[in-house]
Amino acid sequence: MKNFSVKTIVATGIGAALFFVLGRFVVIPSPVPNTNISIQYGLLAFIAAVYGPIAGLLAGLIGHFFIDFSWGWGVWWSWVIASAFFGGVMGLLTRKLTLEDGEFSKKDAVGFNVGQAVAHLLAWVLIAPVLDILMYAEPANKVFIQGLTSAAINIVATGIVGTLLLFAYSAAKPKKGSLKKED
Amino acid sequence: MTNLFNYIDRSSPIHRLTGATKFVCLLLWSFAAMSTYDTRMLLALALLSFALFRLSKIGLRDVRFMLGFTATFMVINNILVYLFSPQHGTEIYGTSHILLGSGRYALTQEQLFYHLNYFLKYLATIPIVLLFVSTTNPSEFAASLNKLGVKYSVAYSVALALRYIPDVQLEYHEISQAQQARGIEMSKKASLVSRLRSASSILIPLILSSMEKIEVVSNAMELRSFGKHKKRTWYMGRPFRAADVASMVFCVLLVALAFTLNHINGSRFYNPFR
Amino acid sequence: MDPILRFESFTFQYSSQAEPTVFDISFSVSRGEKILIAGPSGCGKSTLANCINGLIPFSYKGESTGRVTLNGRETKDLSIFEISKVVGTVLQDSDGQFVGLTVAEDIAFALENDCVADPELHERVRSVAELVDVATHLGHAPGELSGGQKQRVSLAGVLVDDVDILLFDEPLANLDPATGKQAMELIDEMQKKTGAAVIIIEHRLEDVLHRDVDRIILMRDGRIIADAPPDELLSGPLLTETGIREPLYITALKYAGAEITPDMLPHSIRTVVLSDEVKEKVREWYRAMPPAPPAEAMPELLTVRDLSFTYPSGHRALKGITVSIRRGELTAVVGTNGAGKSTFAKVVCGFELQQQGTVALEGQDMMALSIKERADRIGYVMQNPNQMISKVQIFDEVALGLRTRGVPEEEVTARVEDALQVCGLWPFRSWPISALSFGQKKRVTIASILVLEPDMIILDEPTAGQDYRHYTDIMEFLTELNARGITVCMVTHDMHLMLEYARRAIVFSGGEIIADDTGANILTDEAIIRRASLKETSLYDLALRCGLDSPRDFVQRFIDYEREAVRK
Repeated sequence: MKNFSVKTIVATGIGAALFFVLGRFVVIPSPVPNTNISIQYGLLAFIAAVYGPIAGLLAGLIGHFFIDFSWGWGVWWSWVIASAFFGGVMGLLTRKLTLEDGEFSKKDAVGFNVGQAVAHLLAWVLIAPVLDILMYAEPANKVFIQGLTSAAINIVATGIVGTLLLFAYSAAKPKKGSLKKED
Repeated sequence: MTNLFNYIDRSSPIHRLTGATKFVCLLLWSFAAMSTYDTRMLLALALLSFALFRLSKIGLRDVRFMLGFTATFMVINNILVYLFSPQHGTEIYGTSHILLGSGRYALTQEQLFYHLNYFLKYLATIPIVLLFVSTTNPSEFAASLNKLGVKYSVAYSVALALRYIPDVQLEYHEISQAQQARGIEMSKKASLVSRLRSASSILIPLILSSMEKIEVVSNAMELRSFGKHKKRTWYMGRPFRAADVASMVFCVLLVALAFTLNHINGSRFYNPFR
Repeated sequence: MDPILRFESFTFQYSSQAEPTVFDISFSVSRGEKILIAGPSGCGKSTLANCINGLIPFSYKGESTGRVTLNGRETKDLSIFEISKVVGTVLQDSDGQFVGLTVAEDIAFALENDCVADPELHERVRSVAELVDVATHLGHAPGELSGGQKQRVSLAGVLVDDVDILLFDEPLANLDPATGKQAMELIDEMQKKTGAAVIIIEHRLEDVLHRDVDRIILMRDGRIIADAPPDELLSGPLLTETGIREPLYITALKYAGAEITPDMLPHSIRTVVLSDEVKEKVREWYRAMPPAPPAEAMPELLTVRDLSFTYPSGHRALKGITVSIRRGELTAVVGTNGAGKSTFAKVVCGFELQQQGTVALEGQDMMALSIKERADRIGYVMQNPNQMISKVQIFDEVALGLRTRGVPEEEVTARVEDALQVCGLWPFRSWPISALSFGQKKRVTIASILVLEPDMIILDEPTAGQDYRHYTDIMEFLTELNARGITVCMVTHDMHLMLEYARRAIVFSGGEIIADDTGANILTDEAIIRRASLKETSLYDLALRCGLDSPRDFVQRFIDYEREAVRK
């Protein structure tokens, strides 16, 4: 399922639609004032893990682009690129997982979470702020603090939502045998 | 919600440009406005974009909803910049003309001028995005991307995203209602972790059913020859006309102008303080 | 004439399965023929469809023996693209098949992929759109179309290629009765215009037979057990033995003691030859049936007064609805898509708030209650169980509503176990939900609502997509719950359901209630049938043809007889 087939194309499109809907309409307040939790990154990590890095990268790119677009505040390219980066990296990091066979162990979960934390830090504390400074000449301390806050919130959200999704998906893959009716 | 992106179907010279042209112009225009902080150029771009709005027959009233968001975003960002870096202007322009106050938050002419530029930057870029959004038929968007050299498979995933956003939105809404009835809550009353767990109990059914949809849609597409050739045609595609070429050339010139100004100014900033 | 499609001792086994899904399949289809492939869920008919259109072996991998040939060439030597030029497939899920942003783009899809350029592209789209009568909707998005219109677009999307075979996978599954009837007429018309062979996969025999079919291929457990003209199959016992429901008029004739033979042409109520002897038998049976005693009136449970609801988009979905439901009733709420029946359910459950009017339960206004509080009294079960299930284990799924309400864990265990018993899920209590069948999952979602001990449950399309056996299972189960005192309300467009199980049917049309009566009375009333996009039952025609003066009573007695004598 991880090569660039028609299914990858469709997963990219529907993944982007899911990313968009979650990012645009689902409001979950976070402890930081005026900041909402972006559960769409949990979804993006999941799409990347199941359908591969290209689907992850493009779903992040297209989904985030549409979110900016629909608000009308201009496309904030630095953050769009950071979302795409996160999706792509998660796809690469999860290549070893064998979710199709219904396998997702505790150890896999730890690996997934270390990976997502690193990917978020790179995306929001390195890529997004540096691009902000290059493109928009914003003050460095502002963009880095914004980046750190986002990274922290996204790591928590992806850690819970992404991990639960992966467990649920692997459990939904049937494993044969061992099932008997009880009285 | 059939018109998520606020496309407004009117007959105007801007509407008649192909989507591909408008997309190229949007990118070039944004690039020009992004690469320079020359006050004169930003002001010119801002005025020009308002003129284009008139030309497109889209009134401010048509986009007031989006303007509202933009204004809020702009105000918050300006405040944040000031709070975090009240002497950002001095750093950039190298001088300090204090207007009032003292210490870290002393208000300088340079800082005010920087905020003016920051504000102009929005005015130079945002109306053009709104213009693009309201004059480009979403159906034409994928065709445009393909015309610009994006692989058609990628372009079609953009079209699929647009196609399935309303379906996903409706399904999310229905699942969330049924789960709320079972007591799932995402408001501030619950703790952060339990809010996220609640979100997952809506997401899990949503995503598993989306995966079934991915299966059906890819079958449907293969059964109708998607991916047969290296190229495909587009029902919504349109050929370039003279006006398309002229618009693109004009936007290339804008980028050239921005770079020239940066060269003349010796930096990205136009500095009236020296 | 050489057949277009030929299966020769074909067997196929998916890579992930331990056994073949279809065994030793042999049949052939010639140009201009119309074939119905019927069989219960899991009999392998969808797999067979995938073997015809090329998804097997090109998308789904597995082992096969034997041959499948299209116009004399083996399909495994062709590409999926070559196959799709010969076989046009209309999938069951018309939203999944609709991949374009608008009608025109969707019809154009296959042409675009074939690099057809303008002006030919626009011309061909327009002419096909005219053929299936959607030319006035070319700019519409799928969200703006009815189920029937979407299906027309799907059909147009495959008709743009001059295919030799049209393959329909459960074309009736998502349509209301009148639209289903039109769909069969459209398929018939397209076949006559294009000369293509038509293969329909369905288990709703009577509805498919609304237009003539040349042969029925009957499948069971992966094998073909019959390949014969409809008249022949309808005269034998095979259909009912396989779990396919025969047309109602045939069942009625059998109850009356008449023997069905092929020369009676039993495939349609219009053609069936009824001798005087048969007619007399039907009349005798009718006279011998006692009328059912009227049900005793229970106190009112739900009282809805002058309810109006308008969506933010301005669509007025409900206009001054006044209705009441009594405790212990089993009610069907019917009507077309957009008639207001789903909105009615949502407003009653508190998912949407009405602008006008009241919803009261046992006299208590529910306006002030939150969604969650209302759910303690009125439970809502969604159409697709997969849209409700979020836990891995059955127990946790059923316990979810109790746990979010802070019920102590001991009580949770007791109540969940009780609900699992009631729903017949006790033997599976430690299974993961993914191991259950669709029907069992449906029971899990019903259990997860019942565990909250509501006074009333509302089910959205409880039998959608189910074959006759699963349909009967679910409906018997709901009848049992109803007998335990739970008030049940079903939102549906399934006529059999409203006729056979509901004691009462409330008919919505254009946001208003246009009828509130027994199923038998409604399905024999032409004016209501037309307004609500229903279809008259063939029992009505049978009664007329037998010269009975009260066809309504005949229909009612048939239902009562099935309920009392046959099902028990």
